[in-house]
Amino acid sequence: MAHFEKANSLNEWLDQRIGLNTLKKVMQSEYWIPKDINFLWAMGMVLAATFGILLVSGIFLLMYYNPSTDLAFDSVNYTIMTEVGYGWLWRHIHGVGASLVFLIIYIHMFTGIYYGSYKKGRELIWISGMLLFVLFSAEAFSGYMLPWGQMSYWAGMVITNLFSGGSLHADGLVEWIRGDYVPAQAYLSRFFMLHVLLMPLAIIGAIVFHFGTLRLPHVNNQEGKEVDFEESARLWKEGKRAESEVIPFSPVFLSKDVFVMGVYFIMFFYLVFYHFEFAMDPVNFDPANGLSTPTHIYPEWYFLWSYEILRPFPTDPGLIAFAFAQVIFFTLPFLDRSPNVAPANKRGAFHIWFWAMLADMLVLTFMGKLPPQGIWSTIGLVAAITFFVLWIALPIITKLEKKL
Amino acid sequence: MNKELKILGIVAAFTLVLYWGVEPFAHSQMHKHVEGHNFVYDGTADIEEASKDKKEAKKKFWSEVKEIAKLKGDATAGEATFGMCAGCHMDGAANMGGVTPPSLEHAGAIYDKNFLIALIKDPAMATNVDHKYPNGTMTHPMGSISSMVSAPQDIANVVAYLKAKKAGEVTSKEAFKEACGRCHANRYGKLTQLGEIPKTKSNIKTGQDVDKIKYDQKVAEEQNALADYLGKLPPDLSIIYRARSEHFLETFIENPQAQLKGTAMPRTGLNEEGYEKVMEYLAQTGDPSAPARAMAGPWVLGFFFLFTILAYLWKQSQWRDLH
Repeated sequence: MAHFEKANSLNEWLDQRIGLNTLKKVMQSEYWIPKDINFLWAMGMVLAATFGILLVSGIFLLMYYNPSTDLAFDSVNYTIMTEVGYGWLWRHIHGVGASLVFLIIYIHMFTGIYYGSYKKGRELIWISGMLLFVLFSAEAFSGYMLPWGQMSYWAGMVITNLFSGGSLHADGLVEWIRGDYVPAQAYLSRFFMLHVLLMPLAIIGAIVFHFGTLRLPHVNNQEGKEVDFEESARLWKEGKRAESEVIPFSPVFLSKDVFVMGVYFIMFFYLVFYHFEFAMDPVNFDPANGLSTPTHIYPEWYFLWSYEILRPFPTDPGLIAFAFAQVIFFTLPFLDRSPNVAPANKRGAFHIWFWAMLADMLVLTFMGKLPPQGIWSTIGLVAAITFFVLWIALPIITKLEKKL
Repeated sequence: MNKELKILGIVAAFTLVLYWGVEPFAHSQMHKHVEGHNFVYDGTADIEEASKDKKEAKKKFWSEVKEIAKLKGDATAGEATFGMCAGCHMDGAANMGGVTPPSLEHAGAIYDKNFLIALIKDPAMATNVDHKYPNGTMTHPMGSISSMVSAPQDIANVVAYLKAKKAGEVTSKEAFKEACGRCHANRYGKLTQLGEIPKTKSNIKTGQDVDKIKYDQKVAEEQNALADYLGKLPPDLSIIYRARSEHFLETFIENPQAQLKGTAMPRTGLNEEGYEKVMEYLAQTGDPSAPARAMAGPWVLGFFFLFTILAYLWKQSQWRDLH
């Protein structure tokens, strides 16, 4: 047993027991953030806040949702929307939040790519971030099953079918995943469990890991400059706020984060109250019916680009392409052979690569929702091939990149 | 600051293009475009989409309807003739040949005049489901009308009677029940094909609610009869308001064949007022939170505006001496 003095305040009492003052220093007052940043650096906190909103609204919905194939649809569309006080608000917040969290994830990702925030020393930030992307995807997909509408059912059918591996015919695996030959009660129950327990737990763990990977390398800055954190911290502590290149996370960086969050929340709640339909597909307001396939089956917008990589090819190559698209972003820190940590506009060919990738993913997203006919399938095929060409080109153009 | 706004502009532009692509653009490509016809029932669409061998018959039918519409109807004479209709169209009517005859209590208010004329003249043609009756309209549940009311003047009289005496103020729920409710349930509105679900009590000792079981059985029998007649049970319309666009619903209600070729659903012949009443009811059951949203929205947005202004002031005070 260590020796404990009598504490004179709650702060002191806590400090003796959990090192509160050290914790505050490490996480807040001496967690140095470069000063040369823009609002895109607030996307991490915006994401954390959105996750918090999803968690809280999800808890309220969980109290009334009924995970049975007979009752799920009406528990969402009637009980929650009509009988529960402000149930509609929680549901629309949850639906809009699920869509916006992906918008912000994509902005956050492309910010990282643009400024080279995955380079030497920061590889694990990128990899843990991609892990979060995958976990959020699983969370979104499992959540989409729960209202048990037509799109829940048929998207569930299509996506679980992918696990048969095309001509491998691993139908046993598909049945094992579904717990039945078709999506039914066993299927709904397990996706309910995944959505409300396992995935959120994994996400919380991965968020902690993601924050952890950031602490030592520190966040990047607009010019990719290597900051002398010790020297800058010394200047800051001496009160030379203008001379120092850094700011403490709290309160200085946080004050800007909170402002950006405010702007974001205005947009968020505008959508919740006045424009929520974009996040709730009309097809899913028809109850699940295994005897009637909807004319168009498509995933939510954030999965469309990878869906379109699957679709234009024959079954087997399509599945391989799809699998490739799911993991390729993980390898970005190793496929980018250039040592330069700089914004894309200073990196020559990489600058073109960045915008080409962004445009290509946008085209894939558009085509992923359109019926695969005529010109749309041709454009989809070209965009899917372009996606692979860009990834193959990446190590080559970055290898040739001039050292800055 | 300028740089931040430039970045914000780029992010916003990409987001809006993304939205445009996956929402308005995708939906415009996914659904075939059907022109509405402002609740005018003159058979234009029916003739256009009819197969070659039926085109002439349809042209003739609708031109005859037009002629009858020109006649001046006598409501008093119509009332007498209407007696023949009331044999089937009455409160508590039983299922006849698959479907229960609708109440005509507000028929003059919610249905179009031309449509009513056409309906009395030939129910299968008027509702544009003649393809379901290859052996002639006599096999239609209302087919026998041609042996009761067939003279143009009689038809004009009955319609004049409906327009004069069966045109009282109608609630949105009544409009739904009369125009849609015999085939479509609305469980969120507590309506079955037999009307309002009655309040019943269960036995306190056994928990059994015999009256409910009896009612459920009647509903089940009605639904089976409907499904046998129409090929499938027409969908419950509780939240059809969220499941289909307003444009779809309007054009579908005007002419079901235009959106769903070959469907067994008859045209209901709603006029604009009737359509709006029905939509009002569908909005109530399908989107019940609309009034609450309108009330709470400005307060929540106001809160976040204030929050953002305060956050901006805090940020300015923290960042004031940094450069």
